[in-house]
Amino acid sequence: MNKNIDTKKIIISNPLKLDCGKEINNFPIAYETYGELNSEKSNAILVFHALTGDQYVSGKNPITNKDGWWSYVVGENKPIDTNKFFVICANVIGGCMGSYGPSTINETTGKQIGTDFPIITINDMVNAQYELIKYLEIEKLFAVVGGSMGGMQVLQFVANFPDKAKLAIPIACTSSHSAQNIAFNELGRQAIMADSKWENGFYSNYKLNPDKGLAVARMAAHITYLSEKGLQEKFGRKLQDRDSLRYGFEADFQIESYLRYQGSVFVDRFDANSYLYITRAMDYFDLSKQYKGNLSDAFKKTKTKFFVISFTSDWLYPTSENREIVIALNSIGADVGFVEIESDKGHDSFLLDVPSFLKTLGDYINSTYKNFK
Amino acid sequence: MKEEFNIISNFIEENTRVLDVGCGNGDLMKFLQENKTKDIRGLEISKEKVQNCLSKGLTVIEGNAESDLKQFPKSSFDYVILSQTLQAFLNPELVINELLKVGKKVIVTIPNFGYWRVRLQLLFKGTMPVTENLPHEWYNTPNLHMCTIKDFYNFCSTKNIKIYKSIALKKSRISEINKSNLNYKNLDSHLGIFLIES
Repeated sequence: MNKNIDTKKIIISNPLKLDCGKEINNFPIAYETYGELNSEKSNAILVFHALTGDQYVSGKNPITNKDGWWSYVVGENKPIDTNKFFVICANVIGGCMGSYGPSTINETTGKQIGTDFPIITINDMVNAQYELIKYLEIEKLFAVVGGSMGGMQVLQFVANFPDKAKLAIPIACTSSHSAQNIAFNELGRQAIMADSKWENGFYSNYKLNPDKGLAVARMAAHITYLSEKGLQEKFGRKLQDRDSLRYGFEADFQIESYLRYQGSVFVDRFDANSYLYITRAMDYFDLSKQYKGNLSDAFKKTKTKFFVISFTSDWLYPTSENREIVIALNSIGADVGFVEIESDKGHDSFLLDVPSFLKTLGDYINSTYKNFK
Repeated sequence: MKEEFNIISNFIEENTRVLDVGCGNGDLMKFLQENKTKDIRGLEISKEKVQNCLSKGLTVIEGNAESDLKQFPKSSFDYVILSQTLQAFLNPELVINELLKVGKKVIVTIPNFGYWRVRLQLLFKGTMPVTENLPHEWYNTPNLHMCTIKDFYNFCSTKNIKIYKSIALKKSRISEINKSNLNYKNLDSHLGIFLIES
């Protein structure tokens, strides 16, 4: 949480007009790169992270000391092979890993910005990251790739910059947040805001942290990333370190203990206000509304090739919503491939070891790269 | 297989837009991509086959022709191909109509149930025919609506569908089908290949 992270960072001096009407400038974008940019600058892939992700896609995350969040996909000899591709990933604005967000220190007051931070949108996130691409002097990306909120950014990126990527791969996402998506996000936000230590978002002024609220938010969200079948198979009614029920409210069941653990490790790496801002950005995402109710119009100007991927057990961003993107693209004759991957790992499938997903994604990217050459 | 691909390829003009419905593992798509046009898409119902196609870098969508052809605008492809799958649909007539909407021209190939080898099996053995081209038993065949070259020919004339070209295939022997030789070709060919338009 901006704990003096020694991260690559650029300061964007161009003013950025946000959807909420405010303007920001001289703001930081933290990013990481993997692999090397070739001399023609034709091998760059911009990866967008999801709600709680960060710029550390691969290798060791220096903050958490754990593997990068997409280690199954990005790295040497991985589906997105860093021996071949130059992979860029930036922390979204609103985030807490070095990019401009609510935990950024306001230099005049010396305090965190807190809820004085402006409301941001997926569109704002993408526009900010485009500044990074300009800074890196990459005229055209080979691909933009991302899952979940990362997929939404892929869609927004192509709509905003129709000639800046040859290939777009939105995974397990949607073109507009559904009532169910908003409902779960609202649950998380209410948990944070109900924590007495939240202090209307200025907790850092009091050296407080709404850890309990943030942990509950994470626990609730974590359930939505899994599938009923996956949960039942992994946990069932198994008891945690005990042979019988204790007739109390301790974590009797393994699933309880697992969720509590997920909540507790999350608060060590994530800022509560960032969680509010980023979930809000997701809820506001409605790409077809940006184009007067016609999603196809978002992609009318682009020649970008699309590959849409969904997962059978993902009920958070179900296949039907991914298919809507495919239908919108087909209706304007865009170049789009689509597959629903069989997996019982729920929405999280895109982050996990799902062999048919990893193989199809890797083979597709590599053969498309060859065809473009 | 190769002969069928060659005939289909000969029907298609260069650098046109093609959709292969029921594209399987993408063999025909690859063949056409190398010989005719880069602008080719596929629609396939089997996840595994879709993944095989995507792995080869082919643009394929997982979907069902009976419900998913609707999403393509009218006449959005120069050619739509349906290779040896018409008989597997619940409602072949509906599929043909959808194909004719999406494609300016449609290429349909039919495993001919009127081929004499097929007829003999039913006549003399009294069992449902199993051939090289139709390898399934009655209890596991995906083929719901088998038809003959003559059936399809008559279907087109009843429905006012224009037949541009029609080719009969026996092993690797290629010949044209017309009104006067229809009965003979229907008896002596294992595959019919039609280029049609609404």
